[in-house]
Amino acid sequence: MQELIINILLCVIIITAAGLLIFVGSRKDGMKKKQKKTMIRILICASVLLILQQIPAELFKELGEVLFPSAGRWIRFLCYFADYLIIGCDILKKAILGIRNGRIFDENFLMAIATVGAMTIAIYENGDYLEAIAVMLFYQIGEWFQGYAVGKSRRNITELMDIRPDYANIEINGRLEKIAPEEVKTRSIIVVQPGEKIPIDGIVVEGNSSLNTSALTGESLPRTVSTGDEVISGCISMTGVLKIQTTKEFGESTVSRILDLVENASSRKSKSEAFISKFARIYTPAVCIGAAVLAILPPLVRALLMGLSAEWGIWIYRALTFLVISCPCALVISIPLSFFAGIGGAGSQGILIKGSNYLEALSKTKVIVFDKTGTLTKGVFEVNGIHHNKIPESKLIEYAALAECASSHPISKSLKKAYGRETDRSRVSNIEEISGKGVIAKVDGVEVAVGNNKLMNSLNIPCNDCHKTGTIVHIAVNKAYSGHIVISDIVKENSAETISSLKKCGIEKTVMLTGDSEDVACLTAKTLRIDEVYSELLPADKVSKTEELLDIKLKKSKLAFVGDGINDAPVLSRADIGIAMGAMGSDAAIEAADIVLMDDDPLKIVKAMRISRKCMRIVYQNIIMALVVKFICLALGAVGIANMYLAIFADVGVMMIAVLNAIRCLFVKKL
Amino acid sequence: MKKIFKIEVDCANCANLMETAANKIDGVSSATVSFMTQKMTVDFEDGSNPDKVMKAVLKACRKIEPDCEIEF
Repeated sequence: MQELIINILLCVIIITAAGLLIFVGSRKDGMKKKQKKTMIRILICASVLLILQQIPAELFKELGEVLFPSAGRWIRFLCYFADYLIIGCDILKKAILGIRNGRIFDENFLMAIATVGAMTIAIYENGDYLEAIAVMLFYQIGEWFQGYAVGKSRRNITELMDIRPDYANIEINGRLEKIAPEEVKTRSIIVVQPGEKIPIDGIVVEGNSSLNTSALTGESLPRTVSTGDEVISGCISMTGVLKIQTTKEFGESTVSRILDLVENASSRKSKSEAFISKFARIYTPAVCIGAAVLAILPPLVRALLMGLSAEWGIWIYRALTFLVISCPCALVISIPLSFFAGIGGAGSQGILIKGSNYLEALSKTKVIVFDKTGTLTKGVFEVNGIHHNKIPESKLIEYAALAECASSHPISKSLKKAYGRETDRSRVSNIEEISGKGVIAKVDGVEVAVGNNKLMNSLNIPCNDCHKTGTIVHIAVNKAYSGHIVISDIVKENSAETISSLKKCGIEKTVMLTGDSEDVACLTAKTLRIDEVYSELLPADKVSKTEELLDIKLKKSKLAFVGDGINDAPVLSRADIGIAMGAMGSDAAIEAADIVLMDDDPLKIVKAMRISRKCMRIVYQNIIMALVVKFICLALGAVGIANMYLAIFADVGVMMIAVLNAIRCLFVKKL
Repeated sequence: MKKIFKIEVDCANCANLMETAANKIDGVSSATVSFMTQKMTVDFEDGSNPDKVMKAVLKACRKIEPDCEIEF
């Protein structure tokens, strides 16, 4: 029965290997040279083994009788040994080199000892050479697949983040020439044609187009740009030709910075990775000692204490099985692969994570601290209401916008935005700005006063207070009060959903820090259902408040701070995890933060949380699965139920499952 | 001075061992090996000769994996 299974298995291996060599090997990027060589060796070894298996031992015996007695036995051994060398020579060589270099407990050594041991037992018994060769063969196949799968997924993940532009178009004497993006100087004009990537950050000087930003933000909605708009590299121009004046060098453009970040991400190792490499260092020697004990102790006990036959062969065989299981590779490979896939998957969604340690920490986050302006709110002031007006609303806004036409204050900007049309300066005269109060100007010959209640008081015009929170702009036309406009920061559409989803994700406390006045802060917190609010904070206060929060939280849980990175870089670096939002272009934020969200959508925080949870789940699954399977096999091997075949399948099989499981980290789109 | 090198390493455990080995080389202030990106980041100590140091690093890595390659 076992013979039949082995024969079928060998046939499958031969066919698969030949198929892989023909179809994958012929492709340019299919296999590395080393991989091809190994595959050919696997093919030859399996074929020879299959043929040798068909020759019965008696035939060798008869053949050998001609030469000298028992020569058949040695000829048979030599045939199998040659086959063994075909598949195992590099492992033996590496094992010997390893010993010479003082590293005895590596996997090559283990495989060499196990198979040479099995070989020796077979010579002794003139029996089953198949086992040693098959174990080596399966081990090589496992190694090959591991290398191939890892290489393949590595390529897939890097492709996912493939935003690197290959060239930039520059117009020279009316002709477009492609040059390397590194060679383009700042303030030169580049041309981006439809379907091309914008290679360098810049400002559109001619043309309009809609941009696909999905590679950077994960956002599928295109963004339209026209003359005067800032564009960032990595976006794909879809509809029109753009002429762009570059504002940065390639090395400082968004694309380069993101690529740097991603490439360095996996050099910061997580605790689980550190745990595994430490574990591997102890595990292998421990199993080796276990194997030695298993080989020596039971036979001695049997022979000396119990008076039974020692049965050295059986116990040495069990010890060798032990050694095959002892390879820690499945563990060591799957953990960094999971993290790498998780970081890659997050990257494809516009979430840049600077290291596996942050991915791990994020999954343990229990407290999230938000900055208000720009994070939960849009950070753009908008007209939110017009009250007590004696003249039509549109007229009131027109007066206000025209009177403020010379100012660049955010408030006057929002008034101009609400007005919606170009402010015609010729209609305005005698503009008098009173700092900290407002503006008095003549609009169409009528005196208009626009400002806060201090201005109204100084003009002796009675004004109404407002029940709404925000900045109140009073307007008096011809010294008569004509109403006020409420301007406030608008809460982002997804903010409320973000907070409630975070609660569902297991966040225990949400906190908001803001420099705004108390009533504005409380109102925002109430509408968003945020647990704690601290208002009227200066940037330095935010740091000390965060430190306080860090002190009172449970030791094991982590605290994340979310900000837009504009004036909260110190807090970003002080928190366990700093998350910067909408960081496209803001250098300080990318520097200081541990996780960078490429757009302004707060829901991305939830997504990042979910990705980290999923990734950590997979990491733990892999660790536990690999350990459980290995320990079960060790136990079975020790009592003699598991043979070497089971051992090698436990090793290679667990590794394959772990690698496939790790790849799941990549699928994060629907989280 | 920090530099990133391409490295060809076949097993994840070896990458960990190479990292430990590289950190022990004179002239290396810190080194990390990323198995996934197949990159080695080496932070050289001031005044050291990167070429010379990298030769020693490669030698140490070859002890762990005889067919390992580092591009420098």
